[in-house]
Amino acid sequence: MTTRTPTNEDADTGGRRPTSLAAPKPSKYTDRDQAERRLGIRLVLPAAIVMAVVTVYPILYAIWLSLQRYNLRFPDDRKYVWFANYTKILSSGVFWQVFSVTILITVISVAIEFVLGLTLALVMHRAIFGRNVVRTSILIPYGIITVVAAFAFRFAVSPDDGGFLFTNSDNPPLSNHWGSLAVIILTEVWKTTPFMSLLLLAGLATVPNELIEAAKVDGASSWQRLRKVILPTMKAAVMVALLFRTLDAVRIFDTVYIQTKGANDTATLSQLGYNQLINQLNLGLGSAVSVLLFLLVVLIAFIFVKGFRTDLGAVRGER
Amino acid sequence: MLAACGSSGGGVPTLNWYIGKQSGGWIEHAIDECNKSAAGKYKIKFQELPARATDQREQLVRRLAANDSSIDIVGMDVIWTAEFANAKWIAPFPESQRAALTDGVLQGPVQSGTYQGKLYAAPYTSNTQLLWYRKDLTAAPPENFTWQQMLDDANRQGKQVQIQGARAESLTVTFNALLASAGGRFLNNPEAGKDATVSLEQAPTVAALTALHNLAASPAANPSLNTAEEDSSRQAFEEGNSLYEINYPFIYPSAAESTSVPGLQQKLGWARFPRVDANTPSKPPLGGFNLAVGAASKHKDLAFQAIECIRQPANQLFAAQEGGNPPTTSAVYDQLTTDKYPFKEVLRSSINDAEPRPVSPAYNDLSLAVQNTIHPLSGVNPTADAIALRKLSEQALKSEAVLS
Repeated sequence: MTTRTPTNEDADTGGRRPTSLAAPKPSKYTDRDQAERRLGIRLVLPAAIVMAVVTVYPILYAIWLSLQRYNLRFPDDRKYVWFANYTKILSSGVFWQVFSVTILITVISVAIEFVLGLTLALVMHRAIFGRNVVRTSILIPYGIITVVAAFAFRFAVSPDDGGFLFTNSDNPPLSNHWGSLAVIILTEVWKTTPFMSLLLLAGLATVPNELIEAAKVDGASSWQRLRKVILPTMKAAVMVALLFRTLDAVRIFDTVYIQTKGANDTATLSQLGYNQLINQLNLGLGSAVSVLLFLLVVLIAFIFVKGFRTDLGAVRGER
Repeated sequence: MLAACGSSGGGVPTLNWYIGKQSGGWIEHAIDECNKSAAGKYKIKFQELPARATDQREQLVRRLAANDSSIDIVGMDVIWTAEFANAKWIAPFPESQRAALTDGVLQGPVQSGTYQGKLYAAPYTSNTQLLWYRKDLTAAPPENFTWQQMLDDANRQGKQVQIQGARAESLTVTFNALLASAGGRFLNNPEAGKDATVSLEQAPTVAALTALHNLAASPAANPSLNTAEEDSSRQAFEEGNSLYEINYPFIYPSAAESTSVPGLQQKLGWARFPRVDANTPSKPPLGGFNLAVGAASKHKDLAFQAIECIRQPANQLFAAQEGGNPPTTSAVYDQLTTDKYPFKEVLRSSINDAEPRPVSPAYNDLSLAVQNTIHPLSGVNPTADAIALRKLSEQALKSEAVLS
């Protein structure tokens, strides 16, 4: 006998392999099962504790700090103020200015990265000759540290730092608002497009070739094949790529810090939090900014994940 | 037992001196001299901080707030005294040492090291900005020369005026000097410490902002004004298409090496900081370094002694001659050589009359309020921004302002 027919015993143990064929026990959870469960919990516990210590504790601590008036330079003035810090932040012009800059950088850079990333992913997917060389060279920018990339672009476009571009310009990019934003977005795009294309390439690999062939036979143009066949099939990968990059872009810090330090109204939310915390040692206000940024990240993740699920459901319903 | 543990660390106690990177080797020189004369009592070690004052402070406050005991001697920008003293990050000098550290020292620097009656930071070097001009292209400015005249002059000749417009401390330096020159004050009662109130009267504040905006909006402004700091102003001036520059004296030795304008140093004239109002003498800015002792240091007594050695007149002279940092001890000015300090008299009187930036524990936030409000200078609306600045400063003083 090569195959075994399912028995009641299999159903009882939830399809798990019987612990012992020779001596099956009638009770639902055997002693051994219970021992294994306890072992399982014991094995998971250290990881759970570490997670709690390194993520849950700091988050709760930040929330607790954000409800206080607490500046390390004026330790005697510490007191509990409930949501006063949030009111101050949400009613300040600086916050909303910084918020809109952050959203602007996020939306534009992720949009450009998606288009470029998809193009590169298609190139990498299709490449027949020199496949490894093409893939490796496309991935190089992602291997470069963000701080280094930020310096490289700053040194290129800022004549004050010895840059070789815009040397005769009356208004070099890093000395005005839109120019600075353009350089920051360009740096982000250059640096993280490979990441996007890597995730999309993984998605492309899941699209069955027969589907594309069938569409071809039905006379679909290449644009139609991309829009109607390839993208919907790899929707999950697209969502993951967009989600990861959006969460990353919303927290952008190093590029801005190196290139403008927030000058020309280019400060982002992370930088606002950094300035309150590190420069002004204002733990109350700074933690409140951090908590707001955290909530924004949670909100974005929620929206994406929700979209991701309903789409999966829709796909299933169609089939 | 404890003593045995302590002495097993190498015998001579090390005093870590945190100070920003300086050119001219005067820090190293002072360390060598003092380590020699200490003869094994202590050994000072140079801990280099970044070049920009903002970055220096950021690193220091992070360490000091965490009670870093490795910080023995702090090279303090003159504006940090109130903040560091109020937070109890630096220890006041013993009264017995005060005379040795302040006798014969110019008044401005002494005040900059004093907070609520105690000396927290010993005056070491000082600095101020002068008005530099091309004497081959324009006449020497008269005593009551104003900012507007400077601007008109440059525009008439199609030349630039170099000032610092970057979103950095240098912007507050310029604003505060103009505000004081226009007869205004930042705080009503700085001696009240953290309970002080904001002054920033409308008329002088608008006058100062108008002066800055007029320059930024005119063709005389450097195209890179929004990112111009002290050194980029120097570079831009050395390129040769500027008539005036407001900057520290470090530009004088550098002018000798300008390649774009041969002999620039000989073509350089100097005068006191321009006036805002022709009938009111200007109030030049005050810069420089003071020396303080970290409150968490394990060798406070030795650090107090070492500071007395570091700032002795001979070292101040070296710092001035080799590093371009003017002295705080008045008598040292007499020893400055005229080849390096032909402008030493206007320098000494400028420092005498200088207007320190507001002495407040919340100074950093006040400065950020200025930078947040008036950068970029070309976008300044004097009337509206004077009101906005007053409001933001009031919040900043209570550390309730959201500042980027």
